[in-house]
Amino acid sequence: MSSETQKILTTDGIPLEVSLKKVERRNKFKAFLLVAPLLFFLLIVYISPIFGMLFNSVDDRMVTNALPKTYIAMEKWDGKELPSEEVFEAFYIDFQKLMDEERDGKLSTQLNYTKNGFKSIIKKLRRKSKSFEEGNYKEQIMAVHERWADVEYWRAIQRRAPAYSYSKYLKGVDMYENEDGKFVQVEEDRRIYKKLWVRTLKIAFYVTLFCFLMAYPIAHLLATLPMKYSNLLMICVLLPFWTSLLVRTASWMILLQQQGVVNDFLVWIGFVADDKRLEMMYNETGTYIAMTQILLPFMVLPLYSVMKTISPSLVRAGKSLGGTPFITFWKVYFPLTIPGIGAGSLLVFILAIGYYITPELVGGASGTLISNQIAYHMKYTLDWSFASAMGLMLLVGVLAVYWVYNKLVGIDNIKLG
Amino acid sequence: MALPKYTEPHYRIWHYTYLFICGCVFFFLIAPLFVIFPLSFNAEEFLVITDGMKRLDPDAFSMRWYKDMVYGTKNPWGLAAKNSFFIAIFATIGAVILGTVAALGLSSRYMPYKGIIMATLISPMIVPLIISGVAIFFFMAKAGLAATHTGIILAHIILGTPFVVITVTATLSGFDHSVTRAAASLGSNPVNTFMKITLPLILPGVISGALFAFVTSFDEVVIVLFLAGLDNTTIPIQMWTGLREQLSPTILSVATCLILLSTLVLVAAELLRRRSERIRGINR
Repeated sequence: MSSETQKILTTDGIPLEVSLKKVERRNKFKAFLLVAPLLFFLLIVYISPIFGMLFNSVDDRMVTNALPKTYIAMEKWDGKELPSEEVFEAFYIDFQKLMDEERDGKLSTQLNYTKNGFKSIIKKLRRKSKSFEEGNYKEQIMAVHERWADVEYWRAIQRRAPAYSYSKYLKGVDMYENEDGKFVQVEEDRRIYKKLWVRTLKIAFYVTLFCFLMAYPIAHLLATLPMKYSNLLMICVLLPFWTSLLVRTASWMILLQQQGVVNDFLVWIGFVADDKRLEMMYNETGTYIAMTQILLPFMVLPLYSVMKTISPSLVRAGKSLGGTPFITFWKVYFPLTIPGIGAGSLLVFILAIGYYITPELVGGASGTLISNQIAYHMKYTLDWSFASAMGLMLLVGVLAVYWVYNKLVGIDNIKLG
Repeated sequence: MALPKYTEPHYRIWHYTYLFICGCVFFFLIAPLFVIFPLSFNAEEFLVITDGMKRLDPDAFSMRWYKDMVYGTKNPWGLAAKNSFFIAIFATIGAVILGTVAALGLSSRYMPYKGIIMATLISPMIVPLIISGVAIFFFMAKAGLAATHTGIILAHIILGTPFVVITVTATLSGFDHSVTRAAASLGSNPVNTFMKITLPLILPGVISGALFAFVTSFDEVVIVLFLAGLDNTTIPIQMWTGLREQLSPTILSVATCLILLSTLVLVAAELLRRRSERIRGINR
């Protein structure tokens, strides 16, 4: 017998190893083929547009394309004194073309983002430029409005030269790039976004905390009660869970209004005077109350499913070893529920941080979140690149939380109902 | 949960405090839904409980807002309901087909890169709706599908599939693959095996995923707000407009109907869950 180990062959004469590998490869391919339709559908319709937002958020070609000649002429300008006649002439030619194509309005909106005050002087230029004479455009443009003779405004135009810019991200945290290329904060009274981020985080955090404090006792009760009672009580958790978000928000609007049921009750028990009814809606309070109730089931369900698996004999063992009920709870029961707390908290936090509908309806001015600002820029100011930038900043935050969730609980463990 | 006789008084007090706290939380969860019922039968135009209602005066109650919902002038609810059901049904069908097939692939032990693919398929559930809304709007606008039913249905398929993938994968986790091998050894082709063996066994998971997908689509407002034109108005959009502009009791009639619908869905989902646990041999 030779010392060389004989290769095992299949009946076709192919080595078994090769044949098995081939089968495995085919199985892998088959499994992938099943996932492929959904995967490609999502990649095309969903994932790629999200990456498209990344492009939108830095895309700044609108101004660059609107003033091509101006920017070529500006290359030689040092930005210290007013630009030369050459730049003014190029700007005039570009502007004439924009007026013919009726794109000057867009330009003025865009430039106004960079520096306030452009809107009116562009409008004025539009009117006056029709009677311009040939030559010496510098004098004529500067005569339209004193701001056209202000070097600051020309520098603002110059700042918009690059086709791509991260200025929207800076704007999202109340900063801008000044003339020297340094990042500085906007004036005190115009800082709104930083406040909004902090508020979003704060509301998401407190809603998660309130949900936890309320969900823990009832999840414990549901998990320890006999089946026939707990099934009945479970309906109290599941019915709101399945009910339309708008219906639940509507019911809170009715409850919390000044003439609403809650105020009626408080007046009736004499807690508040009839003429001093509490304002619980269109402010932060409304957002807290409504969001806590709406997100509560998302905390109860993971907690319940974890508590259900904890054997009651563990607590009994703790007691029999001399622990008081509180000690046994704290040392034995509570540590076992931590996976559920983690899952529920992160789920509620992720949902709360991106909430839109409820804050918009009951939040008023002081109870709205970052999502409301994104929607506002999408629908009203039409500053889509800014909306994209803020959306992506929010997304990065959510993905960070999700990554923690995945590390702690694992996405495969998500349970529904 | 009954306390033994020898319980010390302060634990007894604590126990009743605990039950009281639980009662308050359950009340907080469920009570807001029940405010809607009486107010939807209000005879007045205000959204407050009138004195007549407190006295249970029959004249204080009426069906006028239900009549307004069905027959009202410039009635938006009929079209909205039709659109909502149309969109939700097609979105559910799409989500169920794509999601179930994908779940079958994901549950195969040969599936490569399971983690990252699962994360991708689940992502529409994790990404805040507002961001999904913005992204999908950009895509649909470019594809010329904004303000069409097709666009909204595609968007809702995206939102619905994660639920189907999760529920079906969960059902498949207890699935005995030897039955499909047995079918194959008896000469059944894969499609036949799926239809006759696999599908009936995973059906509870598929249906409960379908319920989630249906409710998600039926209740979805953020993305529709971006995508819908005047012809695509849905029930949530109408409610949203109503809640923002003028709160009329007609909205409460609609809300009552929606609560009844969700009760039906809840019962169906519960029955399915129990059936699926029985099939998978989980006794709880």
